[in-house]
Amino acid sequence: MSDNVIDARGLLKLYGEARVVDAIDLSIRRGEIFGLLGPNGAGKTTTILMMLGLTEISGGSVNVLGFNPVRQPLEVKRRVGYLPDAVGFYDNLTARENLTYTARLLDIPRRETDARIMDALQSVDLAEVADKRVATYSRGMRQRLGIAEIVMKKAEVAILDEPTSGLDPHATFELLEMIRRLKRAGVAVLLSSHLLDRVQSVCDRVALFNKGQIALMGTVVELANQVLGAGHPLLIEASGKDIAGTLGGIAGVRQVVPAGEGAWRVTADHDVRAEVAHRIVAAGGSLTKLSDLQPSLEEVYTRYFQEARHAA
Amino acid sequence: MPRNHAGREGSPFTGIGPVYMKELADHLSSIRMLVLTLFIIVFGAFPVASSLQQLRTTIGSDAYLFLRIFTIEPEQVPIPFIQALNFVIPLMAIGLGFDLVNSEFNRRTLSRVLSQPLYRDALLLGKFLAGLTTLAVALMALWLIVFGAGLLLLGLPPRGVEVARALGFLMVAIAYGGVWLAIAMFFSVVFRSTATSALCALGLWLFFFILWPLIAQAITMAFVPPEITSLDQFVGLQQLALALQRLSPGTLFSEAVLALLNPETRTLGPMLPSQMRGAIMGAPLPLDQSLLLIWPQVTGLIAGMIVVFSASYVIFQREEVRA
Repeated sequence: MSDNVIDARGLLKLYGEARVVDAIDLSIRRGEIFGLLGPNGAGKTTTILMMLGLTEISGGSVNVLGFNPVRQPLEVKRRVGYLPDAVGFYDNLTARENLTYTARLLDIPRRETDARIMDALQSVDLAEVADKRVATYSRGMRQRLGIAEIVMKKAEVAILDEPTSGLDPHATFELLEMIRRLKRAGVAVLLSSHLLDRVQSVCDRVALFNKGQIALMGTVVELANQVLGAGHPLLIEASGKDIAGTLGGIAGVRQVVPAGEGAWRVTADHDVRAEVAHRIVAAGGSLTKLSDLQPSLEEVYTRYFQEARHAA
Repeated sequence: MPRNHAGREGSPFTGIGPVYMKELADHLSSIRMLVLTLFIIVFGAFPVASSLQQLRTTIGSDAYLFLRIFTIEPEQVPIPFIQALNFVIPLMAIGLGFDLVNSEFNRRTLSRVLSQPLYRDALLLGKFLAGLTTLAVALMALWLIVFGAGLLLLGLPPRGVEVARALGFLMVAIAYGGVWLAIAMFFSVVFRSTATSALCALGLWLFFFILWPLIAQAITMAFVPPEITSLDQFVGLQQLALALQRLSPGTLFSEAVLALLNPETRTLGPMLPSQMRGAIMGAPLPLDQSLLLIWPQVTGLIAGMIVVFSASYVIFQREEVRA
């Protein structure tokens, strides 16, 4: 048995002539956080719905925890937690009543229900408002209640569709922390998003969706190497004579590009920060900034689509 | 093309219990239910009160006095109780059913609920049965009120056969409500907007009550030959008119109720001289004969309910869950 919790092979979804999901291959490993990224309408949600057996599959196959969502949707849905985009709860019921309904649907033994619901609500900091009607909840609280549902379910895989969309920065931070907590509990997390920088911070691996296809897949660093080229990018701000020349003379530096007034971007084969500082100071210049640029997903994304457009 | 669900595993009824219980609790605790109950009681109590008043003054040797509470046309209010019900039951069913499915879409709870281990079958059937139960509870309450009022004010216990006929009437009323509940639910599956589905269901209700009798008449008139030469021709026309009328669930309901509560009813169609032979006019039919008489009507109501429910089921299976 492989370590993959989700395996999709040639997964295809047609709406009439349109190939909404175009024969994608995708596998998600046990215990990782996997990000499905891409613009709206790229096929992320459809892919998720096919994995859950909530929409028909037009071709290919998908296997979730050893089950086929087309034939064994109940088995899949028993083990997979799903937080839909802009999740809804019954407003006239309290958080506890909403989760009780889910617990009944899941057939959780009645004497365990209360404890599991309280534990789950505690883990998302909603225990104090457990008996308030959901109508009074903010959007962030609803999302957290959705996470609580997954925790209560003791799901092996959590699928979160745009979990952070529409949340303020603080709520987003809290939610991402809860997603990390899910991972620590051994849950494999699949999340989709169009907000790249947020997702970058939690994802182990990502897949970049474009027009129903997976354009790129791997860790953020791998993608950066693939698209932006290998190396350590640095941002340097300094004043002095011929800084660019000095930088260019350092062993291992491949490229020096001006990045505005008194600033340069350097790409090197290895970490050359110490050498850069030393040389500039030795040449009589003053170094005001020296930062290691983490390859940003945003950059990868933009560059990739630029290149894709040029190639076309 | 979409594959059908052949070969899927697990019972389609998994999870139907919790859905049923939740929907029932929602219905019974909702303000809408309160309003509907008030509505039906006011509508029902008024004719009953006046017919009771009238019945108290006419002391006769009527063998089915108790059943007259339901059917008599009071002097003050020219609507007998069953007519009022014929009109109000659909309204109540529509009130319960018009947003059963699309409200789940609008609250964005549908995809979350369907990601739990249950099939769409269970969700739809659970909702329908909960609605039907609610309807049955309300009708039963009304029925008991009428019965109790009859006992108190007439001071006369009903005979066994009267109770049986009245119970039959209750069953037919529930089946009639079921048809309209299925219709309302059908629209709630077809339309995402609750206002549209309510409007369509109410529109159909008005259509059947106001327009359909006129249309049925007009269609029959179109078939009338310049000269009616034989009795067969005349009977044929009559039957055509009746058949068209019976497409409306309200007609089936009132026919079935008529035969149940008026034991003298011998036929629900045109009566031929051959059928009169040997009959004692005004003599009541035994219960089993009345039941035989209304069997097609009752089957029609139940079949209609199943057909409409199946249609919504098919559409719901194909619907995309994403908003």
